[in-house]
Amino acid sequence: MSLLDYFRSTKKNTASTAKERLQIIVAHERNRRNSPDYLPQLERDILAVIRKYVDIADDQVSVSLEKSSDELSVLELNVTFPDDKK
Amino acid sequence: MAKIIVVTSGKGGVGKTTSSAAIGTGIAMRGFKTVIIDFDIGLRNLDLIMGCERRVVYDFVNVINGEANLKQALIKDKRIETLFILPASQTRDKDALSKEGVERILNELAEEFDYIICDSPAGIESGAMMALYFADEAVVVTNPEVSSVRDSDRILGMLSSKSRRAEQGLPGIKEHLLLTRYNPERVVKGEMLSVEDVGEILAIKLLGVIPESQAVLNASNSGQPVILDQDSDAGQAYLDTVARLLGEDVPFRFLNVEKKGLLKRIFGG
Repeated sequence: MSLLDYFRSTKKNTASTAKERLQIIVAHERNRRNSPDYLPQLERDILAVIRKYVDIADDQVSVSLEKSSDELSVLELNVTFPDDKK
Repeated sequence: MAKIIVVTSGKGGVGKTTSSAAIGTGIAMRGFKTVIIDFDIGLRNLDLIMGCERRVVYDFVNVINGEANLKQALIKDKRIETLFILPASQTRDKDALSKEGVERILNELAEEFDYIICDSPAGIESGAMMALYFADEAVVVTNPEVSSVRDSDRILGMLSSKSRRAEQGLPGIKEHLLLTRYNPERVVKGEMLSVEDVGEILAIKLLGVIPESQAVLNASNSGQPVILDQDSDAGQAYLDTVARLLGEDVPFRFLNVEKKGLLKRIFGG
């Protein structure tokens, strides 16, 4: 470490990085836990259909099922398309 | 009616057995008749932490299979009058525990004991599931570290869906967070998740914070539950933890960096 670095002291706070990462993954996994077993397969199938037309990565599709009341569940489908449209 | 408390975590090596031994001993010190059961079939270690490894004759699996009765298998602690240990089997595999068998033994123990502490194995396989299935309360042992926090959240999911209370529609298991290996100096430097961070992520009630301490290794080296080392920070933190578990309102200690006095600064220590 150079003297200049020492005075600059811009050490990245790893604890806050850990907290952010955990908040995201834990929220994601809790969502999964409360959703039906078929959801991952549904997500893969939807991904396969979209891939017939657009080249997208695995993490560009997210499917979630949210129960808003006893009678109503909402299936939310989020697809991020790549910037350079082919 | 006995209260069944599972000490669990998902991740291994975070301090489940150390905490089971300390909490069980601490409750027994208050005069409650307490038994600690080692559910880690095949990897018995509670006996070593409690210092009774040479007194094991029969084990949990022997009792389930009817090869011994509870009286023969229970090891009476030599320090605390009201404390007993039920060791795990060293030779069988984890599937040796059946739900019916475990239930039968727990019912039998419940007639005689006030508290039953279940020391869960790591992981989320049958041994760990069996340890938490019959619980009334759960102590989730967590280190301030990403993989441990994530695994604890996973176990919280299991507690709320895979337990007897969940399956029978009874009120849920009471969940407690026990943060172990806490190092306030590293928290201040931004190198370690703080109590508040972990509490916010897991969103369960904080039962205790055990500081990272030399005393824990010393205690396990000599087969003395660390709570008996009442001069140590970890021992005192476990005493506080037990008091809270019994419903007392005790302020938290060892959360901040200890300010060194002038003498300490000069002479070290």
